[in-house]
Amino acid sequence: MNEMSAGLRDLRIALVGNPNCGKTALFNTLTGSRQRVANYPGVTVERKEGSFVSPGGRRVRLLDLPGTYSLRARSPDEVVTRDVVLGQQAGVAPPDLLVCVADATNLRLGLRLILELKQAGRPLLVALNMFDIARHRGIEVDVERLSALLGLPVVTTVAVRRGGTEALLAAIDAQAPVGEGEAAWSAPDAAGLRALQREADRILAAVVRVPDRRDAVTRRLDAVLLHPVAGLVILLVVLFLMFQAVFAWAQPAMDLIDAGFQALGAMVGGLLPEEGPGGLLRSFLHDGLIAGVGSVLVFLPQILVLFLFILLLEDFGYMARAAFLMDRIMGGAGLHGRAFIPLLSSFACAIPGIMSTRVIDSRRDRLATILVAPLMTCSARIPVYTLIIGAFVPDRPVGEGAWSWVGLQGLVMFGLYAAGILSALGMSFVFKRLLWRGQPTEPFMLELPDYKLPRLRNLALGLWQRAKAFLRRAGTIILSIMVVIWFLSSVPRPPEGATQPAIEYSFAYSIGQAVEPLLRPIGFNWQIGVALIPGMAAREVAVASLGTVYAVQDAEEDTAQLGQALAGRWSLATALAFLAWYVFAPQCVATLSVIRRETGGQRWMWFSFGYMLALAYLAAFVTYQVARALGVG
Amino acid sequence: MSFIADAVLTEPSAALDLGAAPRGFRGRIRGLRAFASGGLPAEELERRLLELGFVEGAEVELLHQGLFGRDPIAIRVDSATIALRRREAAAVLVEPI
Ligand SMILES: Nc1nc2c(ncn2[C@@H]2O[C@H](COP(=O)(O)OP(=O)(O)OP(=O)(O)O)[C@@H](O)[C@H]2O)c(=O)[nH]1
Ligand SMILES: [Mg+2]
Repeated sequence: MNEMSAGLRDLRIALVGNPNCGKTALFNTLTGSRQRVANYPGVTVERKEGSFVSPGGRRVRLLDLPGTYSLRARSPDEVVTRDVVLGQQAGVAPPDLLVCVADATNLRLGLRLILELKQAGRPLLVALNMFDIARHRGIEVDVERLSALLGLPVVTTVAVRRGGTEALLAAIDAQAPVGEGEAAWSAPDAAGLRALQREADRILAAVVRVPDRRDAVTRRLDAVLLHPVAGLVILLVVLFLMFQAVFAWAQPAMDLIDAGFQALGAMVGGLLPEEGPGGLLRSFLHDGLIAGVGSVLVFLPQILVLFLFILLLEDFGYMARAAFLMDRIMGGAGLHGRAFIPLLSSFACAIPGIMSTRVIDSRRDRLATILVAPLMTCSARIPVYTLIIGAFVPDRPVGEGAWSWVGLQGLVMFGLYAAGILSALGMSFVFKRLLWRGQPTEPFMLELPDYKLPRLRNLALGLWQRAKAFLRRAGTIILSIMVVIWFLSSVPRPPEGATQPAIEYSFAYSIGQAVEPLLRPIGFNWQIGVALIPGMAAREVAVASLGTVYAVQDAEEDTAQLGQALAGRWSLATALAFLAWYVFAPQCVATLSVIRRETGGQRWMWFSFGYMLALAYLAAFVTYQVARALGVG
Repeated sequence: MSFIADAVLTEPSAALDLGAAPRGFRGRIRGLRAFASGGLPAEELERRLLELGFVEGAEVELLHQGLFGRDPIAIRVDSATIALRRREAAAVLVEPI
C-alpha cells in the first residue's frame, strides 16, 4: 500500500506491565472498549485488540495484554504477553511501541520489568498510571529525573478519568515511526534478576518520595478482613449474605416481570380463539413463547443481584483476600488459594472461571481447577434452583427473634451453593490423588492489591453486559429451543374423539416415555425427561421446557404459574432429586467447548462430561431413594 | 527446621528465615536460600521470589497470617504486599531491625 511506504501505516502499540496496574482501564479509555477491569491480579488472560485515532491523526492499533512480572512466561497467560512483546508468533512482527504501564503507587516491581523490557531492545514508553492515587497519598515522583535515568520517555496517566490519558496520547504522537526490528531477549537468571532489581531500587531511591509506605485505608481494613478468625467469619457471612440477597432483593422485580408475562399471556389468550388454526397460533404464543421464555426471563433480577455482589467484591479488591483466606482450605483439596478466584468467578459463569485458570502455572493444578469449576453453582442454575425452592420450600424465616432475618429459602439456596463448593473441592482432591498421585501443589504467591472504591460506571457496565448476555441467550438459544419444544408437544394433534389429554398424542410424550425408564430410579417423570434433553444446550432451557410442556398440558386450566403446577404434581422426593441432579449435571455446551479449547483436546471435555453425568445420576438416585425411604415420596 | 540448601548463598550468622517469623516481624533481607519446593527446582523458586521483589537489602514486614498453621502469610516488601506460604518464605533469610 502507498500509505505504508509513506510511514503512515497504523501504529501498532501493546500495553505491558505488572498485573493490576491498570492496563485494561487504559485500553478501555483509549479505545472506547469495554473489557473487564477489576481490582485483582490476573483479570486479563488473553490479548485484546482495539483501535483509535490519536489527536495527531495517527491510526493506532492497540493491544491489551495479560499482566506479568517478567517475560519468562511461567503460565499460559504470560506466554501470550511474551509472544506479543518479543514478536514470537509466526508471521506477526513485534509491536512498534511498547507502552510500559506501571502503578505509580507500587513502582518497584514495575520498574524492574521496564528494565528487563529495555534489554529486549524494543521502543518503549513508560506510563505511570494511578497517578491520582499517588498524588492523593502524597507520593512524589520526579518524572523528568526518572525519564533521564531510564533513558525513556515517561508520562503520567489516570486511566479511569477522561483526560487522564492526554500526556500519553501526546507522547504517542511524538513517537518517531520505527522500522521492523528483532527483539533480543534471553531469560534472566537469578543474578540477572537481582542486578535489575538493585538498579530499579537505585532509581526509585533517586526519584520517588513516599510519606507512608502503606495505604492507610488498606492497612485498617486488612487488620479486620485478614484477621485469622474474623477474616474467615466475614468471608462466610459475605457469601451467605450474597445468597440471601439473591432471594430477598430480587423478589419485587421478579413479581413484576412475572405479572407482566401473565398479563401478556392473558391478553394473547383473550385475543385469539381456542379452536381451529387460530388455536394453534394461540397455543404457540401463549404456551410456547410466553410461558417458555417468560419462565426464564423472570430470573433476570436474581442473576443481576448475584452479579452485583461479585462485581463489588472484584472491584473492591476482596478477591485476592478471599484467595488468601481460603488457601489452607484449598490446600486440603490439593489446590492453592489462587485457584479460589476462578472458582469464585464460576459463581457467575463457569466460562470466565475456566478462562481465568490461565494464571495458574502448573498444568496439573490448572487442569484440576478446570475440571471442577463447572461444579460451582453458576448463574444458569439459579432459575432451576429458584423454581424448585419457590415451589417446595415454604417462604418463612428460619426461626424467631434473632434468626427472623434469615429466610428458609435463602438458607436452602446457600446449602446448594455449599454443596457445589464442597463437591468441587472434594473432586479436586480425588483427581489430584487418583490422576496425579502425590505430585506437589505449586507454591502460592499472590500480590494483594490496595482496596479501591468500586466505580459506579464500571459496576453499571458490568451489570449491563450481563443483562445483555442473558437477554440475548433468552432471545436466541432459549427462544429457538422453545419453539421446537412447543412444536414437539403440540404435534401431532389428538385425533377426533380422543379420550386422553392432547399432549399424550404428541412427539414430546413419546420421547419422554422412551427415556422415562432410565429416569424412573431417580424419580424423574416423562416431563422432566423431555426437559433434560434440550437442557443439554443450556441449563435454563430445562426450566423453560418444563414451562412449555406443562403449559401445553394444562392448556385448559390456564394456570400460567409454573411453580404452582410443579408443586401440585411432583413429590418432594422428585423435587429434591431434581435439585441434586442440577448440582452436578454437565448441561452446558458452551462450557464443554471452552474446556476442550483450554485443555487442548476432546479428552478432558469428555472426561468432565462423563464424570459429572455419573455424579448427577448418582446424587439424584441417592437423594430420591433416601427421601422416599423417609416417607416424602 | 532444616532445608536442602541447593543454592547456599552468603549466609550471615544472625539471619533467620522468614518462614519462621512471627506476625509483626520486621526485618531486612540478607539473602535467599532456595530449595526445591512445590514441584519447582530451587533455581526457579529463587527467581520467582526475586521477581516478586524479595531481593537482598529489601525491608519486609510480616503483616498477616492465616488461621490454620499460621499459614499463609502476607509480607510487605517495600510498596507491595505479597501472600505466600511459610514453606516457600523459608527460602528468604532475614535479620530483624
Ligand atoms: N484511581 C485509579 N484507579 C485505577 C487507575 N487505573 C486503573 N485503576 C483501577 O485499578 C484496578 C486494576 O485495573 P485493570 O485495568 O483491571 O488492571 P490490569 O493491569 O488490566 O490488570 P490485569 O488484567 O490483571 O493484569 C481496577 O480496579 C481499576 O479501576 C487509575 O489511573 N486511577
Ligand atoms: Mg487487564
